[in-house]
Amino acid sequence: MSLRKLFNFHGGVKPAYNKEASIQLPIAAAPLPPELVIPLHQSIGGTPRPLVSAGEHVRKGQLIGAPDGYVSSAVHASTSGTVKAVELRLMPHTSGLSAFCVVIEPDGKDEWGDLAPVPWRSMNSDEVRGALRDAGVVGLGGAVFPSYLKANAGKQGHLNTLVINGAECEPYITCDDMQMREQGEIVVRGAAILRDLTKARQVLIGIENNKPEAIAAMQAAIKATGETNIEAVTIPTRYPAGGAKQLIRVLTGIEVPHGTRSTDYGVQCFNTGTAYAIYEALELGRPLISRIVTVAGNVETARNYEVRFGTPMRDVIALSKAKPDTDRIIMGGPMMGYRMPSDSVPVVKATNCILVGSPALFPPPPPEMPCIRCGECARACPTDLQPFEMYWFSRARLFEKAEAYHLADCIECGCCAFVCPARIPLVDYFRFAKSEVWARETEKDAADQARQRYEFRLEREERDKQEKAARLAAKAAETKAKLAQAGSGDAALIAAAAARTQEAEGKSNAE
Amino acid sequence: MTSYLFIILSAVLVNNVVFVRILGLCPFMGVSKKLETAVGMGAATTFVLTLGCGTSYVIDSWLLIPNGLEYLRTLAFIVTIAAIVQLTELIIQKTSPVLHQVLGIYLPLITTNCAVLGIPLLNIAQRHDFVESLLFGFGSSVGFTLAMILFAGLRERLEGADIPKNFRGTAIGFITAGIMSLAFMGFAGLDKYK
Amino acid sequence: MIAALLVALLVMALGAVILGATLGYAAVKFRVEGDPLVEKIDSILPQTQCGQCGFPGCKGYAEAVARGEAEINCCPPGGEEGIRKLADLLGREFKPFSDGFNIEKPKSTAIIDEQTCIGCTLCIQACPVDAIVGAAKQMHTIIAGQCTGCELCLPPCPVNCIAMVPITENVVTWKWKYPAFSIGKAA
Repeated sequence: MSLRKLFNFHGGVKPAYNKEASIQLPIAAAPLPPELVIPLHQSIGGTPRPLVSAGEHVRKGQLIGAPDGYVSSAVHASTSGTVKAVELRLMPHTSGLSAFCVVIEPDGKDEWGDLAPVPWRSMNSDEVRGALRDAGVVGLGGAVFPSYLKANAGKQGHLNTLVINGAECEPYITCDDMQMREQGEIVVRGAAILRDLTKARQVLIGIENNKPEAIAAMQAAIKATGETNIEAVTIPTRYPAGGAKQLIRVLTGIEVPHGTRSTDYGVQCFNTGTAYAIYEALELGRPLISRIVTVAGNVETARNYEVRFGTPMRDVIALSKAKPDTDRIIMGGPMMGYRMPSDSVPVVKATNCILVGSPALFPPPPPEMPCIRCGECARACPTDLQPFEMYWFSRARLFEKAEAYHLADCIECGCCAFVCPARIPLVDYFRFAKSEVWARETEKDAADQARQRYEFRLEREERDKQEKAARLAAKAAETKAKLAQAGSGDAALIAAAAARTQEAEGKSNAE
Repeated sequence: MTSYLFIILSAVLVNNVVFVRILGLCPFMGVSKKLETAVGMGAATTFVLTLGCGTSYVIDSWLLIPNGLEYLRTLAFIVTIAAIVQLTELIIQKTSPVLHQVLGIYLPLITTNCAVLGIPLLNIAQRHDFVESLLFGFGSSVGFTLAMILFAGLRERLEGADIPKNFRGTAIGFITAGIMSLAFMGFAGLDKYK
Repeated sequence: MIAALLVALLVMALGAVILGATLGYAAVKFRVEGDPLVEKIDSILPQTQCGQCGFPGCKGYAEAVARGEAEINCCPPGGEEGIRKLADLLGREFKPFSDGFNIEKPKSTAIIDEQTCIGCTLCIQACPVDAIVGAAKQMHTIIAGQCTGCELCLPPCPVNCIAMVPITENVVTWKWKYPAFSIGKAA
């Protein structure tokens, strides 16, 4: 094992990891639920268009939502059965709002549609990307950004380093850990495909040193597959080492500046689960229809499950038996997770963990005290921001000034709130301010478009008026010329009258 | 040379127009809501005051004193300064639209600024010569700009603060200005190390 | 005594004449046209082009405000925040909506009841942003994304088939709420 020079990112915290509970048992397949509710909107970008309607029979892996727009990703049926409805259902989203979902009643046969491996080696990069888009592969680390947009070689035509993110820094979550242990070879093969797609010179799989089994498994897998230029690198355990920019910094020393992309610096980052999904999609032709989900927290037996998308969270939690004092469901971890409106919401592509909470496990936050500008948050911030300044302006709803402190670069990792001695829920303020800023930008864009359309309309009306005037003037000139030609006498009078009628007709036609 | 330095230092810090002489409070309170406008106002004032001090010195020593008309100083100065301001505005608007946009409405506002009349009068009272007059005008207006910028920075932050309802706006502004004024009194100790 | 008075008058008059002449000359020589302020005001306005302010379109209102002919509180779609921004830009004091302008409505889009529509094209001519498509004696429909909610298409419709429907939040446009703020009591 070579010793690689590692780098440090600024800030970060060391929360209690609580990962032991869910790594005792191997990954289990979650059974088919009586009803699957598959949301159409599961990734960043446009909402896919539904391709099926009620009563239709679908097979496992069949396309049910076609990508809409450049940033969008396909959605597939996660088992065979009958479409019961395409209707509004509660989404796994903090808002408690509903969106269109395809509701499928499984027929129990779980039969795949026709699967054909994608001959990606003989395809050009656009075709491969199209295949990934149609297979619905998105980033499974939690951000669900369509992977096909990331799987390119960048401006230089090749990448220096492809980073595979197995850091999994968030407490409680162990889905990547268990996947690397049990399906390490496939992850490595997926990483190799990504390496070839991005023409990367080396692949670094970053794994935090609190997962020694995963590191050993990945090293064995690399040996077993005989892949070259792939290396599993042990990195120090510190939250949020699994943030893309943070992991890139730790492994390569490159700090991706504000407003640029990591590919500009020859680096790209994918999650281990994404690498797995890419292998499945290209080598086996299987679209992304399930993922590994950690169920942890206030449950009898915390464990990882392979869950089909659309399975209600309630059914997955039942496998681990939630304790009676359970009062909340969180999607994701305790640092960055989102509280769910109900346990009936479905598992989606973004669901890496279902964290079951109770008042004992997550006691209600202590009362918020005034900020004393101690600067602890700035010391903890992994993106080198000044959270106390952003807080000051977000709280006062002075969003422009909060933006001036680069609010948009905040990754909402929660380090600042974690260290805040005044116990201010800083991330809540930043999320609030960010969505306000976002709404204003959208409004501004709409206003700009309206202005353009209005100005175009005025211009068009003006042009129409001028054209009409020009037409009339031409007609008048013609008449005059005819009059002059016809000379004197009756002939001239008749000609003039005829011209007048013609002109009048022209006028009414124009109008 | 040192005396020139002293004139500037004294005008900027020790006898700061706003905080020590308490002159020019209207623009100080009025246009200090944003840092940008404060800088614009400061720049405009610096330009006009430096020019105004020089011109008023010339008028005083060449026109008023020879004719024994010292009692017309206030009248003569204010007319001159108003004219300078107008002229400056017209010229800037034509030659540098960008600068004009930055200074914006602050240029004409300067005409009614008490500091702009006060400084030339003080200048005459202190019996400066021509160069000293220019430096005194320049130093004073730099002091004014400094006060504006510091205060605008504070006010931008105050906007986000939890201020009791009755104290919002100008009230908290005056309180802040008072505290800053106290702080500037510290510069009075500078002359002990002459 | 009289001589002193005359000298004083003469000196001041001389000064005034010289300054006046200089200023007058400069005013002619350094004249500039155009007003960049209009653009800035226009960019703050919501571009609904609804005419509620009494001016033709947002640009017209912007020009009127720039000339000082209109108050800054005449734009209901811009809301109080719009007034605040205008006050900020123009260095004026914030003014709440006066009577008749204080009708802040939820953002809406117009929807044509396609069963009732007779295809008269009157609404198409009224729409300031060309957000209605259709032809004579054909059913019309509104491009929801382009509708600014100005309501200008409502009065011309002879069969009252256009309704304003408030825009509801969805998962994408949902906004995080302001965190409940409480100053903790020191234990």
